[in-house]
Amino acid sequence: MIPELGHFALILAALVALIQGVLPLTGTFLRDPQQQVVLQSLARPTAALQCVLVAFAFGALATSFMSNDFSVSYVAQHSNSLLPKAYQFAAVWGGHEGSLLLWVLLLAVWTLAVALFSRSLPLDMVARVIGVLGLISVGFLLFILTTSNPFERLLPAALDGRDLNPLLQDPGLVIHPPMLYMGYVGMSVAFAFAVAALLSGRLDAAWARWSRPWTVIAWTFLTFGIGLGSWWAYYELGWGGWWFWDPVENASLMPWLVGTALIHSLMVTEKRGSFKAWTVLLAIAAFSLSLLGTFLVRSGVLTSVHAFASDPKRGVFVLIFLAVVVGSSLTLFAWRAPRVTLGGRMGLVSRESFLLANSVLLVVATAAVLLGTIYPLIIDALNLGKLSVGPPYFNAVFAPLLVPTVFLMIPGSVARWRDATVREIAYTLRWTALAALALAVALPFVLGGWSFGAAFGLFLGCWVALGTLQQVLDRVRKPGRIGASFWGQHVAHLGMAVLVIGITGVKCYEVERDVRMQVGDVVTIAPYTFRLDSFSDVRGPNYKAVRADVQVLRNAELIEVLQPEKRRYFSSAMPMTEAGIDSGFMRDLYVSLGEPLNDARTEWSMRVYYKPFVPWLWGGILLMVLGGLLAALDRRYRKSTQRVDA
Amino acid sequence: MKPRTKRFALIAAGLVVLCAAAAFVLNAFQSNLVFFFTPTQVSHGEAPKGRTFRAGGMVKDGSLVRDGSQVRFVITDTAQEMTVTYVGLLPDLFKEGRGVVAQGKLGDDGVFVASEVLAKHDENYMPPEAKHALDQAAAAKAAQSVKTNP
Repeated sequence: MIPELGHFALILAALVALIQGVLPLTGTFLRDPQQQVVLQSLARPTAALQCVLVAFAFGALATSFMSNDFSVSYVAQHSNSLLPKAYQFAAVWGGHEGSLLLWVLLLAVWTLAVALFSRSLPLDMVARVIGVLGLISVGFLLFILTTSNPFERLLPAALDGRDLNPLLQDPGLVIHPPMLYMGYVGMSVAFAFAVAALLSGRLDAAWARWSRPWTVIAWTFLTFGIGLGSWWAYYELGWGGWWFWDPVENASLMPWLVGTALIHSLMVTEKRGSFKAWTVLLAIAAFSLSLLGTFLVRSGVLTSVHAFASDPKRGVFVLIFLAVVVGSSLTLFAWRAPRVTLGGRMGLVSRESFLLANSVLLVVATAAVLLGTIYPLIIDALNLGKLSVGPPYFNAVFAPLLVPTVFLMIPGSVARWRDATVREIAYTLRWTALAALALAVALPFVLGGWSFGAAFGLFLGCWVALGTLQQVLDRVRKPGRIGASFWGQHVAHLGMAVLVIGITGVKCYEVERDVRMQVGDVVTIAPYTFRLDSFSDVRGPNYKAVRADVQVLRNAELIEVLQPEKRRYFSSAMPMTEAGIDSGFMRDLYVSLGEPLNDARTEWSMRVYYKPFVPWLWGGILLMVLGGLLAALDRRYRKSTQRVDA
Repeated sequence: MKPRTKRFALIAAGLVVLCAAAAFVLNAFQSNLVFFFTPTQVSHGEAPKGRTFRAGGMVKDGSLVRDGSQVRFVITDTAQEMTVTYVGLLPDLFKEGRGVVAQGKLGDDGVFVASEVLAKHDENYMPPEAKHALDQAAAAKAAQSVKTNP
């Protein structure tokens, strides 16, 4: 009964979303002021109602999971009666249908948030934004109802479920998809604001100011979601990599890159009234790439293009939906853009020009990633053969594009608006540049070996870190209240610096040993000694495992016992590697079990890794997240923004 | 220089940089495309010598041999077979009788030296390339049997 109620609520939600999408928008085109107000004020209540209905449907699906209702096909495929309760709940978004439902739920929550926190916005603007969000929701709800219904019954009911993929049974993966989706869906709010501004013909500083906090929050969630995914891959896949240039990762990186360009471009639009058309295009691109990402990952297009063949309806729906969103918004843009006025004049060297350069670099990098991700799919879909684009391509292309982007962060934020001179900027930053250079030359000796790559990466990281510190010190010495957005900017930039240093450190100084070990064997990666002490059998709630105790010694002193495991889940024949990791400030020690090499299972292949600076990767990402939060919570966004002059 | 000439020079310089970037991206792209070949294609000599490519199919039952840190196994698409050597740890999902995709180069002796054996995250999942190889071989066989038994 509950699944049917959920299904019914979802159908109602689609109807309400249709009303929410059509009537308030119609209201903005009417002449009669009274009718206008009546229709436009429907926006907020319909958004709230839709949110309640979708939440009810989501709750119904979650209930089916928690009560082990294996007569629901989706539950039978993704859960199991032995699965711990927390994972039974997380299994709701463990597959295609449920993750789409999560997407729609988050969209409804974002829409509700816009409805609640938009009291300072004029009613017609609220009506447009919520209307556009409603139309997006209609698209997704139709997709779920017509091709991916999670409430479908299984007759006869399964005795037990097939269980959640063991790789997903992990706290990191429980929160990774919701965070990532909050980011993706948040980009739809930035998109809705851009479309609303195009519809109203008022692309001005006020629009940019309304849109900024929402976009920054979306970017923050996206950053956090990508970071969680990377962290999970690092400790859960058992081979110590944290970024693979997998299409699934690229799908989340592309909206992030464009989103980063967007939050900076929005700033120029708000402060200087320029880049309006560019900002709108970035907002459209960020949302389109979010859609592409969602669909690529969840519709099965990526694991195989021929997943289209198993359910061609899904693929076709996705393509049509993407075409409608991109096509209609670009048409609207082409129609309205000629009316967009140019903003303030900008000099060839100015903060604007630096930000524009960074925007362009980020967009080019996105295009390069898109090419590498999509090309194999297109070639396969056209039956021209099978090929793949390897990580060497992405590494070769991404680094040269991102290095100048990161370098320009500092002169860009030091330069004055409108007009600056290279000389002035160089003079301001002379000591910072020298100090960064000195550190870059000296630090590699301390870290264990000089190489040009290490020095170059460290220079970049130190340059951003020191430049950021310099600006903070300069500002703190001056009088006046310092806004949260100032701290946000510099904390996030510092996070980037920490991330760059971390990546350089891992790439240049990691030591990986793939070895065969028996009990009593020793592997040394100076100054650490790893000694395989014993094996034991462990039993978990829905798996059993072999666990190795590996002692880590430093100067003959025991500092840690690592316990890597090889698990075998009852529901599947699939073995799972759980790495044993010891994290310090400067390094991770990482041990994972390969496979038994003899029948007695006394000798195993093992990975023993020394991973310097890995904690800096996560630290850098967390700093960026903190920076994003600070910037979004700035007080000036909460002031009345009825009138802002460009 | 006049301001206008200066601006023009800068815009031209920007365009040159952008073109250089595009050329560089496309060049890197071209040299990093990794093509896929089935064991049948490899046995017909269609695969390139000295260039990295991917091959896939099923791991033949009983073909896995360990020799120190090196492993040796046979990939089959049911029509043709090819021998693969690999140094390193095999992924969790590697098993005899299951699908596999390996990336590497073909040696002069016809043995495929893999630099990477690809792991995927789901036991029910068949690498699409491996499935493609089996489908191709099955289709060829079907065509053959139609020809021989008219």
